[in-house]
Order: sequence, then C-alpha cells, then structure tokens
Amino acid sequence: MTGDTHRRTVTITSPHGLHLRPISQFVELANQYQCDVSVSKGPQRVNGKSAINLLGLAATPGTQLDLEVTGPDATQAIDPLAEALARVFPDD
Amino acid sequence: MRMSDFVVREAISANLAATTKDGVIREMVENLRQAGFFKNCTPDDIVKAILKRELLGSTGIGRGVAIPHAKHSGVDRLIGAVAISKGGVSFESLDGEPVYVFVMLISPNDRPGDHLRALENVSRCLRDDSFVKALRNAADANAIWELLTDEHP
Repeated sequence: MTGDTHRRTVTITSPHGLHLRPISQFVELANQYQCDVSVSKGPQRVNGKSAINLLGLAATPGTQLDLEVTGPDATQAIDPLAEALARVFPDD
Repeated sequence: MRMSDFVVREAISANLAATTKDGVIREMVENLRQAGFFKNCTPDDIVKAILKRELLGSTGIGRGVAIPHAKHSGVDRLIGAVAISKGGVSFESLDGEPVYVFVMLISPNDRPGDHLRALENVSRCLRDDSFVKALRNAADANAIWELLTDEHP
C-alpha cells in the first residue's frame, strides 16, 4: 500500500490490561481508515483491524506495544489510534 | 492455559436451541447451572451481568465467534462454556456477521489476569479457521470436548 508510515510506542496502563472492550473500540476505529494497521508486542506482530488477533497479544498492564500505520490516510490515523490503544479503562 | 482448563465439559452444547442473543446467553448460563455451578447465587444475576457487559459493546469479535463474559462473585474460579449455533445468531458483531461459535467466560471479581489469559487462549484457538470449522461440524458435545483437549497450537 502506498502512502506514509507512522509508528508510535504505547504503554498499556489499564489495570486489567488490553481486554476485549478496549480492543473492540480500537478495531472499530482502525476499520474507519484505509491504511494498514499493525500492533506488535516484541516480535509478535498482528493485524490491528482484527479483534481475534489483538486478543492474542494478551497485553497486561505495563506492556509496551508498537503501533504502525501505513497507507494513504496514515497521517490522520496515527494520533487517534495511539490514543485509543492507550485509553485507560479504570472500571474493569 | 488450554480451553479444556476452564471450559466445563458438562456445559458444552453442540446445537443451541436459542436463536437470539439473549436466548443464547440464557441457554449457556442454564447449561452451567445444570453442570452444578451458581449454587450460591441466582443464575439470572449472571445473565444480567453478561447482558450488561454486552451493552458496553458486543463481544462478537468477528469471524463467527463471540466471547460473552462477566465477572461475578458467584464463581470462585474462572469457568467457561462452549456452544455452537448451527443456524447462526445475530449478535451485533464487529463485522456484522452472524455468530456460530460461543465461548462464555465467567470469572471471579479478583482474577483479571486469568480472564486475559483465557481470552488469549480462546483467540489463539479460534484464529484457526479449520478449528472453528471442526467445532461447527462437531456431532455432539463429546466431539467438541475432544477437539478442546487435543493438543492445539
């Protein structure tokens, strides 16, 4: 896919980690963009538009994730997606 | 952790009768009750807790799979149920497709780590399309249990 690539490192701070609800919200947002979205935990890299793949990261609190977006609207996508990934869900 | 570590064998259904989201959740909770759980609480409270969680966003994660779940003091360890709908159920999934494979998780209030590990395990198994297909085509609960206990990546 042509277009820019942007990367951001995000630390998970939600007390219960990256569980299904934050993942669903992230995936819904990611699917609003055309760009490819990937999320990596160390060497494990998954499609950020797939909830079932993101669940496989089992990102506990304190985990550092690398977000990468590539494509025509990557510049617009990077900030909202980084924010969604970092969002804290204190009540769960 | 493997799915057979938390899925209750007696609470597996190879052919759900329910055809609605609420109905599926009630039927799966009833399967767990019949398997001997929820003695110290009202099963209806579990159903309500799961439906309340669904209101925050569907647990239908796409690819025909849903993981309805809740935290509840009525269990003292993480337990799970598995159920298959032959016809598919509308579940407001992320991809808008019907759900055929349901994995229900009920965890105690104080064990968030177990919940995350179970989600990771369920997602690892169900990412495999051939595994999902085998679950959907399983003849009965025993066949599903055999799939869950098989060495699986």
